Amino acid sequence: MTMLLRNAHGEESLRYMRTRALEVENDGDKTLMVFDRPRDVKGTALLTFSHKTELDDQWLYLPALKRVKRIASKNKSGPFMGSEFAFEDLASQEVEKYTYKYLRDEACGDLQCFVIERYPVDPNSGYTRQMVWLDKQEYRPQKIDYYDRKNSLLKTLEFSKYSQYLDRYWRAADMFMSNHQTAKTTLLSWSNYQFRVGLKDSDFNRNSLKRIR
Amino acid sequence: MRLRGLTAMLLFAALPVFADDVEISGYVSAQNRYFVQQELDSRQHGNYVSLAAEPEFYLEKNAGNDVFRFKPFVRLDQYDSKRTHADVREASWLHVSGNSEWLVGVSKEYWGVTESVHLVDIINQTDLVENPDGEQKLGQPMLKFSTVQDWGIVDLFVMPWFRERTFAGKEGRPRSSPRVDSSLTEYDSGSEQHHVDVAARWINSYGDWDIGLSGFYGTSRDPDFIPKVKSSGEVVLAPFYPVIGQIGLDIQATKGDWLWKLETIYRNGQGEENYIAADAGFEYTLVGVAGTQADVGLLLEYLYDDRSKSIVSPFDDDIFAGMRLTLNDAQSTELLFGVVQDRHESSRFFNLEASRRLGESFVLSIQGRFWNNIARDDPLYSLRDDDYIEIDLKRYF
Repeated sequence: MTMLLRNAHGEESLRYMRTRALEVENDGDKTLMVFDRPRDVKGTALLTFSHKTELDDQWLYLPALKRVKRIASKNKSGPFMGSEFAFEDLASQEVEKYTYKYLRDEACGDLQCFVIERYPVDPNSGYTRQMVWLDKQEYRPQKIDYYDRKNSLLKTLEFSKYSQYLDRYWRAADMFMSNHQTAKTTLLSWSNYQFRVGLKDSDFNRNSLKRIR
Repeated sequence: MRLRGLTAMLLFAALPVFADDVEISGYVSAQNRYFVQQELDSRQHGNYVSLAAEPEFYLEKNAGNDVFRFKPFVRLDQYDSKRTHADVREASWLHVSGNSEWLVGVSKEYWGVTESVHLVDIINQTDLVENPDGEQKLGQPMLKFSTVQDWGIVDLFVMPWFRERTFAGKEGRPRSSPRVDSSLTEYDSGSEQHHVDVAARWINSYGDWDIGLSGFYGTSRDPDFIPKVKSSGEVVLAPFYPVIGQIGLDIQATKGDWLWKLETIYRNGQGEENYIAADAGFEYTLVGVAGTQADVGLLLEYLYDDRSKSIVSPFDDDIFAGMRLTLNDAQSTELLFGVVQDRHESSRFFNLEASRRLGESFVLSIQGRFWNNIARDDPLYSLRDDDYIEIDLKRYF
């Protein structure tokens, strides 16, 4: 995946990374993410055991020192790699992480959407609420408005270029986040999605974290 | 030397075969160190320029189950003939089979959790001329076996060749006075550098607790120093490397914004008496300070060493306090400031590290080291006039 960061002056910065994920029954996903660019962080990798409501377990691998550091995961509202995405925007989406309220039906582009308001359960979330537009056809998120702790509109995330994989899984190729308070944007582009590639529980540990490339 | 040379040759011989698949990355750097005070020794200088490079050649085969790495390092220093040095940081073959890994060649291994000193970490020798913080390491020839089990990860090491610590040369700074003369190195073991060292480590996580237990038997990475008079009349320090046994324990509890850390070792063979050393403390992170995206980490550690007199270890009864500022911006701007203060004497050591990415592939970093009010009987006394500020620009490729 790539992230294109753009600030209010139009200056751009690019990040490349790859991620592997394993769904865990009755728990959050296990993910392993490795950074390719910027080049000074090449080989830096992040192992996350996410949980539905408790704090995630996270280890960071720093290749220059060959050091694995267990890191605090309580704060998920901070920026991810200097982008407009917070860790919690990218974390595994579990039903239990929010409470929900149905608001209305509404047109969203060419589609018809359910508009839902959801409230993070985690008191450390950076948001008071999120408004989500889900299309009625396939229940795919089309747009999310994020409201900060002061309940003012902070960011909008727009999903586009959806494709269906294995006749089942819909994934957006582009996720565009714009920050209304700073005028900064981040375009997150996913490519080369692969499913059922045979990842096992044993592919997610300190050793694989040090090895991933 | 022979083993290193052989491994490197084998890797070089293998590389062209797969030349298309070899990934090359790394950096080149230009560095300037400015020393604030007048030098203690007239052979030293006030300002040092140096250049360094660390390329890495990486090759992966069998879907990542065989990995070949070759990572040389070289530095050219304006004045210090000892800081002008080259090393093979890595030259290794890693083979993965199920839950197990084998590694043969030169590699690096990091153990531990604390910030100010690294007691448990013992596999690699310190490349001291690179940085007095001791975090730069020389490549260590080894055979390593690692296995992942439900009850943790176990690593076993056999190390057939010992690496001597690097010390600043006659014209180098910072350095002790009298200087260390590596040509006078002596060993406890009759087989000297060929003593076969062994080590084992177990590490596991239990919820938010990470616990590591390690053992080492072999030539100590930390030399003792014996004053000698050379035929020229110059007094120098000769490094003496004893054979030691060490047991180490490192624990981290990750509780919300608090990281609680402990490292402790029990060592025998270094000096007359067996001893215990420890570093215990915490890092607390204030998230999003003053309505910004920045995080501020507050660090506090207590350093202990039970060897009776501080002439052996500078960190015998000291407090480390530090602050880490992370801006979380697109340029990954970071700053770490720390001070180590002796509890009974005036001795104080300040440390500053800051870095920021410039554009897509440059990183500018600044480091400052200051030794303040160092007591006469402190091992750091001879560094009292070696305060310096370093500016380093790296270009990554």
